[in-house]
Amino acid sequence: MTAIVRDAVVIGGGLHGLSAALFLARAGQRVTVVERAYLGRHASGANAAGVRTLNRAIEELPLAFEAMEMWRDMNAHVGDDCGFHACGQVRVAESVDEVASLEARQAQSRAAGFTHEEIIDAAELRRLVPAIAPHCVAALVTRDDGAADPHRTIDAYRRSILAAGVALHEGAGVTKVVRQGQDWAVHCDAGTFVAPCVVNAAGAWAGQVAAMVGCHIPISCRASMMMVTERVPPLLEPVVGLVGRPLSFKQTDKGTLIIGGGQQGRADIETGRSIVDFAGLAKTARTVTELFAATAGVGITRCWTGIEAQTKDRLPVIGTSPDAPGMIHLFGFSGHGFQLVPVTGAIVADLAIRGTTQRNIAAFAPQRLQGEAIEACPQDGLRHAIKE
Amino acid sequence: MSRRVDLLIVGAGPAGLAAAITARACGLDVVVVDEQAGPGGQIWRDIEQVGATPRARLLGQAYGEGRGVVRAFRESGAEFLPETRMWNVDEDLRAYLAHRGRAWSIEAGALLLATGAQERPVPFPGSTLPGVMTVGAGQILLKSSGQVPADPAWIAGTGPLALLYAIQLLAAGGRIAGFLDTRPTGQTLAAGRHAARALLTGPRDIAKGAAWMAQLRRRVPVFGHAHGIVAEGGHTLERIRFRDKRGAEVTRAAKVLLVHEGVIPALHATQALGCRHEWDAAQQCFRPVLDDWGTTSVAGVHVAGDGAGIAGARAAGLRGELAALGVAMRLGRIGAEAAEQRAAPVRAALRRAIGVRPFLDALYPPRVEISDPPDAAIVCRCEEVRAGRVRALAAGGLTDPNQVKTATRAGMGPCHGRQCSAPIAGILARMGGSEVRDIAPGRVRPPIRPLTLAELASLDATEAPR
Amino acid sequence: MPVTHLNMTQIERDEAGESPLFRLVESPENSVTIRVDGVPVLAQPGETVAAVLLRLSPAWSRRTHGSGERRAPYCMMGVCFDCLVSIDGTGSTRSCLARVCDGMQVERQDISQGLRT
Ligand SMILES: Cc1cc2nc3c(=O)[nH]c(=O)nc-3n(C[C@H](O)[C@H](O)[C@H](O)COP(=O)(O)OP(=O)(O)OC[C@H]3O[C@@H](n4cnc5c(N)ncnc54)[C@H](O)[C@@H]3O)c2cc1C
Ligand code: FES
Repeated sequence: MTAIVRDAVVIGGGLHGLSAALFLARAGQRVTVVERAYLGRHASGANAAGVRTLNRAIEELPLAFEAMEMWRDMNAHVGDDCGFHACGQVRVAESVDEVASLEARQAQSRAAGFTHEEIIDAAELRRLVPAIAPHCVAALVTRDDGAADPHRTIDAYRRSILAAGVALHEGAGVTKVVRQGQDWAVHCDAGTFVAPCVVNAAGAWAGQVAAMVGCHIPISCRASMMMVTERVPPLLEPVVGLVGRPLSFKQTDKGTLIIGGGQQGRADIETGRSIVDFAGLAKTARTVTELFAATAGVGITRCWTGIEAQTKDRLPVIGTSPDAPGMIHLFGFSGHGFQLVPVTGAIVADLAIRGTTQRNIAAFAPQRLQGEAIEACPQDGLRHAIKE
Repeated sequence: MSRRVDLLIVGAGPAGLAAAITARACGLDVVVVDEQAGPGGQIWRDIEQVGATPRARLLGQAYGEGRGVVRAFRESGAEFLPETRMWNVDEDLRAYLAHRGRAWSIEAGALLLATGAQERPVPFPGSTLPGVMTVGAGQILLKSSGQVPADPAWIAGTGPLALLYAIQLLAAGGRIAGFLDTRPTGQTLAAGRHAARALLTGPRDIAKGAAWMAQLRRRVPVFGHAHGIVAEGGHTLERIRFRDKRGAEVTRAAKVLLVHEGVIPALHATQALGCRHEWDAAQQCFRPVLDDWGTTSVAGVHVAGDGAGIAGARAAGLRGELAALGVAMRLGRIGAEAAEQRAAPVRAALRRAIGVRPFLDALYPPRVEISDPPDAAIVCRCEEVRAGRVRALAAGGLTDPNQVKTATRAGMGPCHGRQCSAPIAGILARMGGSEVRDIAPGRVRPPIRPLTLAELASLDATEAPR
Repeated sequence: MPVTHLNMTQIERDEAGESPLFRLVESPENSVTIRVDGVPVLAQPGETVAAVLLRLSPAWSRRTHGSGERRAPYCMMGVCFDCLVSIDGTGSTRSCLARVCDGMQVERQDISQGLRT
């Protein structure tokens, strides 16, 4: 079989890979996306789709604000608003002690020059979220944050990359990546693609892809559990999180409640199978029913686990491989990468085409992790959950 | 906090009951759960209430036979948990149960899924109107409430159940406006080559079927090779339209239309467990891959009854016995030799019981129309997704049921794809030029039975109810 | 409030000229009273809520959230979920698996109203 020559090959049809493909193609590059299953099969299709600057790592905030500008105008970017609503996000304190931690966080982001987070008292919290339990005392809120629809986002990106001329191969798992002169040859079920630039956006499997080119970046994986309920009448507007317990709680336009927050299931990276650990999810159900008494009788329709790469410092890996020139890493979003999707592609295009970017990505350099030990994955058989 | 039991049986129909009785006789500690209020499953539904009443007589001999089995089950020492749902099960055989607002888990040495069958989904235009129901539903209403359609009912479909119900309905004083036999012409001939074996092993069944049809023809209008059925009405069914065997369109007033195109195994539990499945070409459905003891590809998980492939109540009970013997052997309660010895007559009886199947399968094959419904038919009843929508997506290149699900929400509603997965696979296959057998079934996510947030919150929080 | 009678061996038409989909074959000896959307209705002890709904006129159990169409119990064996109602405050309960008991409060499921779009 003859190899097909491209300017860039993107490994992984999750949203970050699609964002990279979109920017590269719009900059005139000939791009191929190869995806083992189908677009959005893993974390991108399984996530809670929160679009959040609230309580985000300070290092990520400049990118997050740039992404936020794009979320407000996704129609212009990908021809659909992706279901984005700026419904706000609140991080609720259930006790006075927890208020102190909200204040500390707010002080920290102010010191770094960010003023997007606001502390509200119990009365304002009740106005924003009337259904919340009376014991909640205060919250940190970002009124411009919100949430989107992951499936609409994937659909919009699919249409956009195809319109931009990207060649897409689903059901095409990469088996090896080898040097071929100055280029890389990417071997997969759909054939061999040769390009000077390879984008590693393989999510939970990105460590394996990096290893194919001799680049060793220790990552672990998360298997965050989610559940969605039947449709119910309007219950709340903003996305609700808690200071003291893992929770992310929101209502979609359809009326379904989406419940997550980071309780971990079990995952088997080799088979891609992940399993819900109901003892953990029961804790989430307890949290929800304690916080929103009205949800007690609501039926759960589905529970699932989404697998994603996690780094030791919970910051993503974005940058050129130190060991394999031409490979650009884009993974390790550690459970909060959805919001950054629109902007990461722009960074990759900068790096691929100009070799550098004006954006500050120093904190995301792959080098920072090399030499670190790997954390254990919540593997099949390992029943206890990783605690955040 | 959580209990351990040798054998957990899900489903108290003929398969589950027979398995429980046999397993108890082998000295196993047995718990049986069923989401119904009493033992009996579909065929012997409400037998403990109805068995001694005059209604039982008009339901026929097969129904009455359940009384003895249920009594033996009650005396076997197996623990029965009614109105109890198994909503999840892990590969390490921890089963998650719920009953009236409380959830708990139980560890099982072995799990027997005797969860039976469901009627094959039959989407057609108007099939969601009140007044359109399944024949199985009509029969259940007759068994457990003693009620019949208020006005003369239309029955459309094929298969032994449609005939049996028609006869039961007439016996109960109900009226039938007409019977639409939906078998394509020529099917009786095709079945002929299986008739010899069927006559050897199950002459009673065949004679019964023929007698029923003859009786029906004498008493109600029967339309052969009816197709293109459409139900119409405002809030409720008002009329039906269909084409007769000459292709002429027929319109009739109708208030109740009961449809039935055979039954298919209920696979949610085995799919959620990741058991291997195979395509059953004769019955046009998937079924779990099983060994001689009903063991699936997942160690310790057994399947018996119609969930193992449709074979009827007699076979269900026999397969239940075999599964129980297999479990007792695996748990070391009986030796391999003893197990084989006890299994031998059961296996022989099973061969006789399923002898009539190939004949029935050939006589009543599912029509193409069912797996490839017209555009206007709602395939996903929960999310109101029409066949046309799925067809358009398939024309746009989607090939995987999971993709259809995310694009349309078909299968995301409370029924979890129990109604839409078969027709969607059919449409994808036809549009993609492949076979349904090649369409990987969509993923099954827990909970596989309804569960509220409060129930999940209560999981293992306190002592399991006894 | 008038109690809707168990009767139903005879068919009665309501004001709209509609009549129930199903009727009982024989009058039962005992009865219990449940409320369906607040209206008292007689039922046979031990039967399912869905069976009772099918003897009312009009016969329906839930409204869809999309088009708002009425649905009635369809399969009676727990697989179609068209019979969802609220029973004594617990929502989304399959009425074909729930047995009536005296004083039970049944509400047909209708969340189409007031939903955000
Ligand atoms: C609607 C219908 C009507 C039929 N009528 C007749 C008839 O009149 N005559 C005849 O000869 N054959 C009839 N059959 C076929 C006959 O019922 C079967 O061949 C036979 O009963 C199969 O027995 P079983 O034990 O495999 O399943 P079933 O009798 O169906 O028993 C399975 C049980 O499992 C329970 N269950 C399933 N999942 C769960 C869960 N997760 N948690 C808790 N409980 C669960 C169900 O409630 C059910 O009670 C009918 C089939 C159907 C579907
Ligand atoms: S009538 Fe189908 S689930 Fe109750």
